[in-house]
Amino acid sequence: MERQYSEEDIEKAYRKIKSDAESYGYNLNPEEDFTRSLVKGLVINTGRYGYQSCPCRLSTAKIEEDRDIICPCDYRDADLNDYGACYCGLYVDRDIKNGVKKLKPIPERRFLKQSSEESRKEPDKILSVPEKIDSFVRSLESKKIGIWRCKVCGYLCARENPPEICPICKVGSDRFERLL
Amino acid sequence: MAPKIKHIEGKDKGNLKLYALSTCIWCGKTKKLLADLDVGYDCIDVDLLDYEDQQEVLKEIRKFNPGGGFPTLVIDGKDCIVGFDEEKIRQRFESM
Repeated sequence: MERQYSEEDIEKAYRKIKSDAESYGYNLNPEEDFTRSLVKGLVINTGRYGYQSCPCRLSTAKIEEDRDIICPCDYRDADLNDYGACYCGLYVDRDIKNGVKKLKPIPERRFLKQSSEESRKEPDKILSVPEKIDSFVRSLESKKIGIWRCKVCGYLCARENPPEICPICKVGSDRFERLL
Repeated sequence: MAPKIKHIEGKDKGNLKLYALSTCIWCGKTKKLLADLDVGYDCIDVDLLDYEDQQEVLKEIRKFNPGGGFPTLVIDGKDCIVGFDEEKIRQRFESM
């Protein structure tokens, strides 16, 4: 029989996830019942597997196969950018948070990644510095990742799009410039 | 061992199998919608199965939904609705 969790366990986890999200420039879904239900799923999965595997995906119980779906998952930013919410709807963008846009179920992108990862294996060889830089830039391009700089505080990050809110100084994505 | 199937009572609208996760919010919404529409179905919470049963059930799911996401609703062993697609589910069962 699976362990039962008290309201207090869920509340504690909820408060931690919410305060982390807010301090890193993310929003939790403001619909509290919905969000608490997902947090409960995270608490259950942490108890079951030892890591907080995504409640909306099937865990293999093997961390090496599940690292990409440990919440916050590898797909959160791309899904926030394309759909305004992560796969579960736990994290949402400002429009959904403010009720301007409605949350809808979003398609799974997880398995798209595996095929592209398989195709980008290159043989090892010793590279000169310019070659290294060139290969670094090409690898960013192939992953569609840019280097973004917050013009207000200088925070740098490597991702598809700038964050909605700078996790350091909290200005909006419009204050970011793309360096690479 | 046969996977644990739970039959949810409701009107007979064909042979319906819902593959779900007990922790998944969209699976929960799908279960609630089927209950609101008073549709009877067989439900398998795949995360509650042991590893061997999971592998067997995943093979079944992938026949209809190669991506293997949840929820997957299989209808009469041929059609399938992936995800909480409220419109499709309503369209399919409301008028029946």
